[in-house]
Amino acid sequence: MKADIRVALVGNPNTGKSTLFNALTGLNQKIGNFPGVTVDKKIGYTQLPDGRGAEIIDLPGTYSLYPKSKDESIVFSVLAEKGGELKPDLVVVILDATNLKRNLLLYTQVADLKIPVVVALNMIDLSKKAGIKIDINLLAEKLGVPIVPIAARKLQGIAELKTAISYANKFALQQESIDVRAIAPEMVDAISKENNIDVPYLALQLAHQHETLKFLTPAESDRIEDLEQQFSFHSQKAQGAETIARYNYINDLLYDTVKTPQTAYDESHSNKIDKILTHRVFGFIIFMGILLFMFQSIFAWSAYPMSLIEDLFVWAEGGLRHILPAGPLADLLIDGVVAGLSGVMVFIPQIAILFAFISILEDTGYMSRVTFMMDKIMRKVGLNGKSVVPLIGGFACAVPSIMSTRTIENWKDRMITIMVTPLVTCSARLPVYTLLIALVVPNKNVWFIFNLQGLALTGMYVLSLVSAVLVAYVMKFVLKARERGYFIMELPVYRMPRWNNVLFSMYDRAKTFVLEAGKVIIAVSVILWVLSSYGPGNRFQKIDQKYSQPQYAQSMKPDSLKRVISSEKLENSYAGVLGHVIEPVIKPIGFDWKIGIALITSFAAREVFVGTMATIYSVEGDADKIDSVQDKMRHAKNPDTGQPVFTLAVAFSLMMFYAFAMQCASTVAVVYRETKDWRWPAAQFAYMTVLAYGASFLVYHLLK
Amino acid sequence: MQTTLSQLEVGETGIVKEFSDLEMSVKLMEMGCLPGEQIKVSRIAPMGDPIAIHVSGYQLSLRKFEASTIILQ
Repeated sequence: MKADIRVALVGNPNTGKSTLFNALTGLNQKIGNFPGVTVDKKIGYTQLPDGRGAEIIDLPGTYSLYPKSKDESIVFSVLAEKGGELKPDLVVVILDATNLKRNLLLYTQVADLKIPVVVALNMIDLSKKAGIKIDINLLAEKLGVPIVPIAARKLQGIAELKTAISYANKFALQQESIDVRAIAPEMVDAISKENNIDVPYLALQLAHQHETLKFLTPAESDRIEDLEQQFSFHSQKAQGAETIARYNYINDLLYDTVKTPQTAYDESHSNKIDKILTHRVFGFIIFMGILLFMFQSIFAWSAYPMSLIEDLFVWAEGGLRHILPAGPLADLLIDGVVAGLSGVMVFIPQIAILFAFISILEDTGYMSRVTFMMDKIMRKVGLNGKSVVPLIGGFACAVPSIMSTRTIENWKDRMITIMVTPLVTCSARLPVYTLLIALVVPNKNVWFIFNLQGLALTGMYVLSLVSAVLVAYVMKFVLKARERGYFIMELPVYRMPRWNNVLFSMYDRAKTFVLEAGKVIIAVSVILWVLSSYGPGNRFQKIDQKYSQPQYAQSMKPDSLKRVISSEKLENSYAGVLGHVIEPVIKPIGFDWKIGIALITSFAAREVFVGTMATIYSVEGDADKIDSVQDKMRHAKNPDTGQPVFTLAVAFSLMMFYAFAMQCASTVAVVYRETKDWRWPAAQFAYMTVLAYGASFLVYHLLK
Repeated sequence: MQTTLSQLEVGETGIVKEFSDLEMSVKLMEMGCLPGEQIKVSRIAPMGDPIAIHVSGYQLSLRKFEASTIILQ
């Protein structure tokens, strides 16, 4: 859609900005990144009543133009950049009618930037219910801007807002709120003159933020710094003076326009809920209950759609196999690309469900209570109250959990959470654990009720949480904080979740995951396919020749012959050769070259281990009898010693390796996407591999 | 003897006088904790920290440390 006018949405967090954005643009939106930074950029299109098209940019929620997080720093740079590619023609400032005083601070700052403003006065229904009387006409007259009362959740006032947007350029600019120049007159004048700026507030903001603004050249930034020195400008003191002046203006403004009853209805209502939900005993019990429910649902509800997706891919692979002429191209397409795709798609249900829960918890206002309750405990190990949710989500899958760390504003807390989340036992480790435990741990009860195998599995889960906490604790000292840690957070009033928003969030996250992580996953799958389908020199030809001799065709059934050929080919493939190459490295932790192949092939996803084992060990034992993987592994003997390969020591060493090693292409991809820096996934891969090797070594030598 | 916000019990109120930390004061003032504003402690987290206060018509949570930089009248 062509845009004739660009509109930016600006507002405090929890004011319904996203709801308004969705109401204005519907499905006509896309998500990208702001140029040069990882922060989500939401852009949508809408048709105005006069027939023009408007592009709507949803800027991150912020309490002021002075940024506290990387997300928030976007707001000022988009609004201020002269001729910037996203510079809006009009700003819609969304204000929460139930909390006008604090909301108006941001309005006055935006208004002073002299970009035309329209005010969307949201939650007008709630403020009426709470008995707040707002004289909208008088307020609009005093501010000098059109004010449109809306109720975004109920889709009220949206058409009126569009009309106001379409009249944007036809009325006078808003009134000045405070005398900005008075804060630092000489410096503001000097900066204005040198940079050719006719808006005093813009000049003042440049003095505050020049160090982080990308659109200033280093020379311009240095010059502003010089001017600050010259006029001895103190950023924090000036900001304090400005804030006080703005609130004085706001108090004057509200004096005869807004009448608020002593206690707002919502606040007292919320207070009652909080008495239970943040209670020192019930609070934690309810939180545990919610997590348990979430955790169970992710497993339970995703099982059916996941198997449906798997079946769909099996069907598609079969169909393609039928249509395409047999050959390397078909194999690459089916075993590489389609198999890789199925590995991506199968996560969609878990991602969608996890994000549905997270957006419900956020929408209702409960998430900030979790942060409130858990902050002290999590802070001790270098995490944050908000780290709880990704860690628990990690039991299902690290991928959506890492995506959910966006809600953590503090850079250091977020990075630590991203770094430790993959340690939590995810569902992909389950098949590996169950296979190995069943192999070496006797299925018998101890102390009447505890099953040994069950205890071993529980142990692996507990180990994962303990290791995540320990690693976080270590990283607390390793990582240097970029900003001083503080915790000043609004506890919004409880509200019903916006179901539309929940659906949007599920759809958005799943789509982003498939598109972004998918590219990398397919690439890795294709590489792995090539490695395991081709061998150096003419080894494959020799195998084909060997098995085409008549004695094999006579003594073996076609099926088992095929299996023997494929496993011998795997041995001689590049992956097999790599297995031999890495054997000296993995010998000290008890693995032979065959396990080495499995380690390599299961790099993309841990559950591949089971399938690889099945192929490799089909060589041994009675070829006529199709054994289960478990039986094959049980009968596997070390050719040198004649002893079984999978002893207690080897099995537990392997489990340790799978517990700690990264071995998940999806996680690598998503960590890269979230940090936009290859060093993070690389560091994570390195530390986890070292941990895995160390733990395996220790366990192998203790149990040997 | 100065009283700071961190010394108040649940349900007690006070009026902001000044701040002992410049950097924190800027962030707190933006959130509506201004000199002359009335503050009421609405609850304390189960582990004793952070606390939640009622200020400027909404609920704000902050750590005890940050609360200790707010000096009351």
